Amino acid sequence: MATEILMPALSPTMEEGKLAKWLVKEGDSVTSGQIIAEIETDKATMEFEAVDEGTIGRILIAEGTEGVKVNTPIAVLVEEGENVADLAAPAAPAAAPAPAATPAPAAAAAPAAPAADRSPDWPAGTAMKTLTVREALREAMAEEMTRDEDVYLMGEEVGEYQGAYKISQGLLDQFGAKRVIDTPITEHGFAGIAVGSAMAGLRPIVEFMTFNFAMQAVDHIINSAAKTLYMSGGQMGCPIVFRGPNGAAARVAAQHSQDYAAWYAQIPGLKVVQPYSAADAKGLLKTAIRDPNPVIFLENEILYGRSFEVPDIADFTIPFGKAKIWREGTDVTIVSFGIGMTHALDAADKLAAEGISAEVIDLRTLRPIDYDTVIASVMKTNRCVTVEEGWPVGSIGNHLSATIMERAFDWLDAPVINCTGKDVPMPYAANLEKLALVTSDEVVAAVKKVTYR
Amino acid sequence: MAARKVAAKSNTSKEDLLSYYREMLLIRRFEEKAGQLYGMGLIGGFCHLYIGQEAVVVGLEAAAEEGDKRITSYRDHGHMLACGMDPKGVMAELTGREGGLSKGKGGSMHMFSKDRHFYGGHGIVGAQVPLGAGLAFADKYKGNGRVTFAYFGDGAANQGQVYETFNMAALWKLPVIFVIENNQYAMGTAQKRSTSTPELHTRGLAFGIPGETVDGMDVLAVKAAGEKAVAHCRAGDGPYILEVMTYRYRGHSMSDPAKYRTREEVQKMRDERDAIEHVRDLLLQGKHATEDDLKAIDKEIKAVVNDAAEFSKESPEPALEELWTDIYA
Repeated sequence: MATEILMPALSPTMEEGKLAKWLVKEGDSVTSGQIIAEIETDKATMEFEAVDEGTIGRILIAEGTEGVKVNTPIAVLVEEGENVADLAAPAAPAAAPAPAATPAPAAAAAPAAPAADRSPDWPAGTAMKTLTVREALREAMAEEMTRDEDVYLMGEEVGEYQGAYKISQGLLDQFGAKRVIDTPITEHGFAGIAVGSAMAGLRPIVEFMTFNFAMQAVDHIINSAAKTLYMSGGQMGCPIVFRGPNGAAARVAAQHSQDYAAWYAQIPGLKVVQPYSAADAKGLLKTAIRDPNPVIFLENEILYGRSFEVPDIADFTIPFGKAKIWREGTDVTIVSFGIGMTHALDAADKLAAEGISAEVIDLRTLRPIDYDTVIASVMKTNRCVTVEEGWPVGSIGNHLSATIMERAFDWLDAPVINCTGKDVPMPYAANLEKLALVTSDEVVAAVKKVTYR
Repeated sequence: MAARKVAAKSNTSKEDLLSYYREMLLIRRFEEKAGQLYGMGLIGGFCHLYIGQEAVVVGLEAAAEEGDKRITSYRDHGHMLACGMDPKGVMAELTGREGGLSKGKGGSMHMFSKDRHFYGGHGIVGAQVPLGAGLAFADKYKGNGRVTFAYFGDGAANQGQVYETFNMAALWKLPVIFVIENNQYAMGTAQKRSTSTPELHTRGLAFGIPGETVDGMDVLAVKAAGEKAVAHCRAGDGPYILEVMTYRYRGHSMSDPAKYRTREEVQKMRDERDAIEHVRDLLLQGKHATEDDLKAIDKEIKAVVNDAAEFSKESPEPALEELWTDIYA
């Protein structure tokens, strides 16, 4: 049977090209893989190989022809014994599949007053115990490792050293070296190994000594962990937790002081958590370990030693995507997360002393974000200030501002103000570092501005 | 043009030889068809063909057991066919259709199969190496006796994460075979222009990982080396490196102008060292098959590939709702 040789697409962007030269003529026999023509694309001159074997029955496009559209028949190949003269006129080339219609963007038809989930995190009357954030994180890991044999902890100094920040203290003794694994200082490599083991069914917890070092591993976090479920059409996921301290500690300078909340929150396929309290640290870490998706769990060195009341419940978890209202108020909504909450709550105390009633919301998870709780609050207070330690450009506060503008524009009585870290690398000098970080006083000033006081 | 060397006598069974012939031919014909569909605009983006390298994956699959895992780079169609994934599903993924193995959402470089223990299909050079060691880590953790084949190229062999992985795989005695498919060109850069020491199988020595070089155009040699490596891993002796010397006939991807090597160099490999012709010679000379027998196989393979191509054209594009699925489990 005669087959048409079509003008090939020789690059992802080629639509037409020049048939620069024929290396065969009518009547020549060709073999599969033989170069039969040279074609000039938008990028280069390419050699064009025959795919099938046969005889060149007819050349349809003469060499030197420019602007030959992709898929135009350029020659006819006949098999042994076929007569070239019997060839019918070339049929029209099969049309390439039509591009998919672009789906209409989902209309941002938000309900006027969203029904936020205001259920308590634990039942009233639950017995409480006092734990530091550090102890809460350790309890969460120990409980989950006891519950599921496939959960293991990997990272630098998590075992014999008992954790660079003592989060994993005692876990090596409790679970043994098979499940509490000290790694060499090679984040790129061990993050990749952990992701591979998750694809094969384990549930790794990867501790980065700090999230600054996770930049060495960011390809595996994003390209290997976050995208695999989608790329595999839902077949293969990656249940893994990447955790460790994030953000500025104290006087450790530019390379060790950075908040990654907004970076990771941008990535579809990841879930991102940044707890403030010990109860949230415990309940959210347990949820993270059980989650079938990759979870970024951003802790804070300064918060590790802070004590909070934690419910004394055997199996205490907190769902993702549910913000916590720490303080109810009527004049302004302050939204924050992680260590930003210390400034938000401190500012709310100061404002209360001046007669301004602030509602303080802790997002707790940044992907998913509980928009409804924020929007419902802004519809009540008509003003909003966001607080975070990260840089101002492309911040979580920027994203919330845009969302509030889309969903609650008519309720706003003032522009939303984002309080953030300053747009500079973190300086070492004590006075400059203090200046670079967000402060309670800046939050107070922002609230006064949006409340016109 | 130099003549092909006469194939050495082999004591491989007729059934095995025929199966290698069939599997290698399936990969070649499949890839030729993929190239054709690319030319017709039915396949888009990047498309990296495996033509010339067929003996590597077919030889190593012959050394694997059920349940062993494999992971590779973006030049992955051959690996998927060799481990038994459906040619229709692979081709329909190339055309970005609903019937593709990733429902059209992964493309040429991103396909996976839990059933066939194939873990991708990875587009970032070298990333599959620690991921592969991670698969082996899981097997060791579970104590199931399985091994992992982690394939990468001579280009990826210069990636830093490869050496981080070598260190940990050796330290933790992970059952992983690092298969360096040395096709001599990292995209368009010849190995000697990019690599300080040419012998990649020695790259593990600093970590205590044994390695050897293998003739990747000889499927029987690949299988024998694979069996040795598998035995090493299954015995609990840790990782093993196979540097398999092979050759890619086609460009790095479909848009490769091939200016970095001569046409004669490619033609010489095809004429003298072709892996499929090698097995064909063994079959004919050993009187295991006649020309007609092989023609019948050729026809059968052509039909499989044509069916895959038809399926890949007829399968509809993914439903628009698929844009929003499979982001979270």
